[in-house]
Amino acid sequence: MMSEPQSTHPSSAELRLTALNALHRELGAKLVPFAGYEMPLQYAAGIVKEHNHVRAAAGLFDVSHMGQARLEAPDFEAAARAVETLAPADILSLKPGRIRYTQLVNEQGGVIDDLMVTRTADGKGLSLIVNASRQEIDFAHIRAGLPAGIALTPQPERALLALQGPEAVAVLSRLIPGVERLCFMEHGVFHVKSEALFISRSGYTGEDGFEISVPTASAESLARQLLAEPEVLPIGLGARDTLRLEAGLPLYGQDMDEATSPVEAGLAFSIGKRRREQGGFPGAARIIAELSEGPARLRVGLKLEGRAAARTHMKVADTSGNIVGEVTSGAFTPTAAASVAMAYVPPALAEPGTQLAVEIRGVAQPARTVPMPFVPHNYARRA
Amino acid sequence: MSQVKYTKDHEYIAVDGDTGTVGITDNAQHKLGDITFVEMPVVGRELKKGESAGVVESVKAASDVYTPVSGTVTEFNPALEDKPELVNEDAESAGWFFKIKIADASELAGLMDRDEYLAYAKEEDE
Repeated sequence: MMSEPQSTHPSSAELRLTALNALHRELGAKLVPFAGYEMPLQYAAGIVKEHNHVRAAAGLFDVSHMGQARLEAPDFEAAARAVETLAPADILSLKPGRIRYTQLVNEQGGVIDDLMVTRTADGKGLSLIVNASRQEIDFAHIRAGLPAGIALTPQPERALLALQGPEAVAVLSRLIPGVERLCFMEHGVFHVKSEALFISRSGYTGEDGFEISVPTASAESLARQLLAEPEVLPIGLGARDTLRLEAGLPLYGQDMDEATSPVEAGLAFSIGKRRREQGGFPGAARIIAELSEGPARLRVGLKLEGRAAARTHMKVADTSGNIVGEVTSGAFTPTAAASVAMAYVPPALAEPGTQLAVEIRGVAQPARTVPMPFVPHNYARRA
Repeated sequence: MSQVKYTKDHEYIAVDGDTGTVGITDNAQHKLGDITFVEMPVVGRELKKGESAGVVESVKAASDVYTPVSGTVTEFNPALEDKPELVNEDAESAGWFFKIKIADASELAGLMDRDEYLAYAKEEDE
């Protein structure tokens, strides 16, 4: 027997703490180092119960480690054009209060990070949310690419909570009436006790839900209010990972990195039509070529026959035993009730139903490619 | 009344005559969290003390299970194939992994008794 699981980041004496750290401890969280922060892996209920609770009711996640920032620009168009020089999404067409998912890409067309870009409700500016593990790299990269007159302002004074699950809308609208009018990927500013909360209908679980940016000083009291509602349990990073895996959502650093293009990662949907035609983003030559000719490899979903989990870096083989790819994420997940994984394989083997195998501890375990998500999304899309 | 011994790797062996029933301790299942899969040794396999006999997987990680003594596998727990969560529910009884015909009973002397194990596990947690 080995010791308990640890995150990939080594323990450090100088872990950063979120505004909810004391609350996590009070709630009995198992805290682990993650992306330089001390974060809850799970609470007393455990990963499977937490996962199932999010799918059935509502769960509260502390995602304050993620990097929040504003772009200060003379007007929206200047801000949007600046982001479009760094990312392949169509930002200019973003309407006030709408959110777009995109990636920062390098000159080789590789993904530096994936992020959410929000046009503020007043229409004037843009705000960004990036991955915790990449925020310093991202912010330096963005600053280096911004023209004069546009500035990036990180917002460490704000915490970020996510409330996810089919009951999230009932819970949050009870405390903050009006949030129910937001649809998936929409954003609004809500005032509670004279404080501005930036609320988005978005998340990383495949469920309906919200992400709430709140001043750090008020984060704990808001979290306590949410946890006092009967539908809500606190949820750790362990369940966050199984939920996002079932939802088919890639994790930066695991399912893609600076060598992976957005097309390889299955993110072509996020590249705007105008951008495909006009280019004008880093790595456009590769990305546009891959869009028309197909990439060398593609991120696919795998479902294994047995219960053994396919883990990161395990090899994927074809039916003749040739190594054709590698697993990037995998687990036996509660809602799929199966061993599922994301892997990169050549496009010829990406067709759903293709018979493959994952080498687990020296044994080729049968698997087949399946469409993602593994569990249907349950988003509150605009009708 | 069988005698139960423990390893530093958090396995137990319940000895009844020349046969031992092996599994992971309640303390170990608690640390691993939700168990999703158990890979057990095939019947007839000969194992040397300390050798990896199988694997236990939780949502987050896979861990080896080492045999506390040398011997021959005589049986594995078929219930775990479809219900690995039995290890979480009842690690030291219904959640046993495999039975082994003990080759050399003197190996048992090097293992911990229950009080020693509980003290060891407590110390390890601190």
